Amino acid sequence: MKLKFNPQDLLKLRNVRRVAQVFFFGLFLFFVFVTDLRYLKGYPVSLFLELDPLVSFATAITTHTVYMGLMWSLLLIIPTLLFGRIFCNWICPYGILHHFTGWLLGKRRAEERERIESNRYKKLYSLKYVILIAMIAAAVGGTLQIGWLDPICLFHRSMSTVILPMLNLFFPSSIYVRQYFHVGAWIIGFLLLFLVGMNVLIPRFFCRVLCPLGAFLGTLSSVALWRIDRDTTKCVDCDLCLKGCEGASDPQTQLRKSECFVCFNCIEDCPEDALSFKFLPSLKQEVTAPVVPGRRAFLGTLIGLGFYAFGRTSGASARNYDKKVIRPPGSVEEKDFLDRCIKCDQCIRTCPTNVLQPAWMESGIEGIWTPILDMKLGACDVNCVLCGQVCPTGAIQRITIEEKTGTGPFVKEGPIKLGTAFFDRGRCLPWAMETPCVVCEEVCPVSPKAIFSREVTIIKRDGNPITLRQPYMDPALCIGCGICEHECPVTDEAAIRVTAVGETRSRDRRLLMDGGVTSAVMDLEKRQR
Amino acid sequence: MSHENHSGSSRLPEDSVSRREFLVRLGITSVLIAGSGLAAKKLWQPNHFVPGFEKVKGLQLKSYAPEISKVLPSLAIAHGTDHEKTIRAAMAALGGMGRFIQNGDVVMIKPNVAFDRPPALAATTHPDALRAVAKLCFEAGASKVIVADNPINSPTGCFFKSGLTAVASEMNLDLMYPETNSFAPLSLTGEILKEWTFFNTPFKKATKVIGLAPCKDHNLCHASMTTKNWYGLLGGRRNQFHQHIHSIVSDFALMMKPTLVILDGMNVLMSNGPTGGRLSDVKPMNTIVAGTDMIAVDAYGYAHLLERDIAELTYLHKANDRGLGNINWKDTLYKEVTA
Repeated sequence: MKLKFNPQDLLKLRNVRRVAQVFFFGLFLFFVFVTDLRYLKGYPVSLFLELDPLVSFATAITTHTVYMGLMWSLLLIIPTLLFGRIFCNWICPYGILHHFTGWLLGKRRAEERERIESNRYKKLYSLKYVILIAMIAAAVGGTLQIGWLDPICLFHRSMSTVILPMLNLFFPSSIYVRQYFHVGAWIIGFLLLFLVGMNVLIPRFFCRVLCPLGAFLGTLSSVALWRIDRDTTKCVDCDLCLKGCEGASDPQTQLRKSECFVCFNCIEDCPEDALSFKFLPSLKQEVTAPVVPGRRAFLGTLIGLGFYAFGRTSGASARNYDKKVIRPPGSVEEKDFLDRCIKCDQCIRTCPTNVLQPAWMESGIEGIWTPILDMKLGACDVNCVLCGQVCPTGAIQRITIEEKTGTGPFVKEGPIKLGTAFFDRGRCLPWAMETPCVVCEEVCPVSPKAIFSREVTIIKRDGNPITLRQPYMDPALCIGCGICEHECPVTDEAAIRVTAVGETRSRDRRLLMDGGVTSAVMDLEKRQR
Repeated sequence: MSHENHSGSSRLPEDSVSRREFLVRLGITSVLIAGSGLAAKKLWQPNHFVPGFEKVKGLQLKSYAPEISKVLPSLAIAHGTDHEKTIRAAMAALGGMGRFIQNGDVVMIKPNVAFDRPPALAATTHPDALRAVAKLCFEAGASKVIVADNPINSPTGCFFKSGLTAVASEMNLDLMYPETNSFAPLSLTGEILKEWTFFNTPFKKATKVIGLAPCKDHNLCHASMTTKNWYGLLGGRRNQFHQHIHSIVSDFALMMKPTLVILDGMNVLMSNGPTGGRLSDVKPMNTIVAGTDMIAVDAYGYAHLLERDIAELTYLHKANDRGLGNINWKDTLYKEVTA
């Protein structure tokens, strides 16, 4: 084996690609890290999600619109139509993760023959197209489910709910001032470990077998103009081109363009110079389009439509909605929310109070890993709209603080309400236990306060009188921020709890007929001045 | 004996163990046996304990109070419209910042940043007040100024929106968030407060402590001023304090012996406290009160800035009765000036 250093090797395509991979992976990590109130400034932290054409395509199906920055996905469609799936092996941070971990854990020390065998195309690899078809069918039905496996959503979600909290656990206050917790994070964590670990059995398992974005880009690349071309007069059928083939795209025989990651390893590994990346080569010795049997495609469609129908008819997004589905401020109405939310959990990453949590079944099977507020873990800071700023799809609209608080030009509309707080007098210290408290009133952030108290003198069990304040709730003023529940000293199940009813995003789920701008407010204003 | 020797030597040489190997193997086994015995003895816990009732040995907070002066006033009231000028006037009346801060001092300024509010709502320490006080500290020779608080809303959000993050970076102040490892148990012989989790990291370096509080209405204890401001140095389950709020707040006067307290009454939160929320809750009173006795400072603030009857402010009376301060501010050496 020669170990001589040749400066020209630095310019090998492999090394150019590695530089791109390090750059884009670093950029992704940088964006993830700065998605925090302290560092956010104006960084386009959702850029990778906005570049993701599956996000814009699928949301265009469900909402008939392309929201704000999702227009950037055009940038990615064009090179795919020209060159094929370069995204998968040059840009995609999740693909780069699997490339790297596959190299680390996989067969890099194995014999040449073994490596070649592990990179042959398998029928299993068409599964991703069935997954894509099912997700698109679900979107046509009216529920957006690409977030389960879209690599950018999946990676952002893993970062927000597992990786960063884990780093902070090992290095306290490195990521968060105080440790963040995420309900059900272990499920997301084990899924990540499983997908990474599968690289041991099948290199690039996620990218080859499951990735719906890969399937989407693979479909587009069937018409790509530049393709790997094999000169059959030079080829000696040694199969060495398979040694480093990332996509398992059979460059040694009939190239499967839709599987090709355009990593260029085959060109550099070919001892005979038989392979080249060519403009408009003959398609005669290619499998030009994805191979998905019609019946599998039909099955995928049924699964997708079934998912939509079974989820919807379970009723969790309609009359049978759960009181815990308290959505972030600026969220659109629940059915539209399920049309838009890609479960990327960028909102959860940026939330400064840890109140945002990945849902489990609260909004039905459709709503898994979408954001909901858990007042036990945090509360919605009134002067904060960060979640909407980073939401790439408009599930949480990019509202201003004035729009949220109903101030400035929005006095007439009033504040956005996330839900309504209800007292549980049986657990409340002044109501049930002869003990002064009213922390809830103290922290209530609206003016006039939604929580007010009345002074009463009661005879205690020991016969002595005590004067204390008993709290009440004015539903017209409550914005459902949950700080009362969060700060209640009854910490296991608070004596005041916010439930979803009364949220302004849905006309069906409001509580008061006049929407909240009641005479009570006017009366209080008069009384206080 | 010789027979055994004979049979031993007849075995193949590779079957026998050399003396060296014999000693090494015996040694390893002996060390492991002895080691596990020693480790077990060291780790052995022969007695049980009752969970939750272990004895906590908390830290004692030292006094940061300045020397008592018989000639210089202990309370200054300054009226003016500009934060910096009025604070300077108040400090000049007390004898200048040099009386409190000397060359090389590390000053911990404790603002009240409990809520994520913009400065105009007067629910938090005003950035102009922090800037002015920090400037005076540096002028007096302070080597470093620390700013720290444990807010109710998210710490980063509170400091950011109150405008204090900007002042801290502009003036190169050391902003300390209440991080996971920032707390240590504190011991006190208060009326209610005995042992509590304390925001300790700022006090590892600080040589002087200045309380810089806004003047606010409070729904439960009537007012939040310089005494109540120390609430932000505590961690843990603070929401239990409200069950004995006046005792707890008077205990703060025992807990903290600051170098100086400054009550910012330029804009006073008159109603809907302690959070406020509307500009109409705020009233301009154009006054700064500074002094070494937080009870006297708060007594002035309650009567003349919040314009209420001092008789109802139980915690001040409790502190006064325990000798922790003087509620009759007019009896102290005070000076009233106009900027």
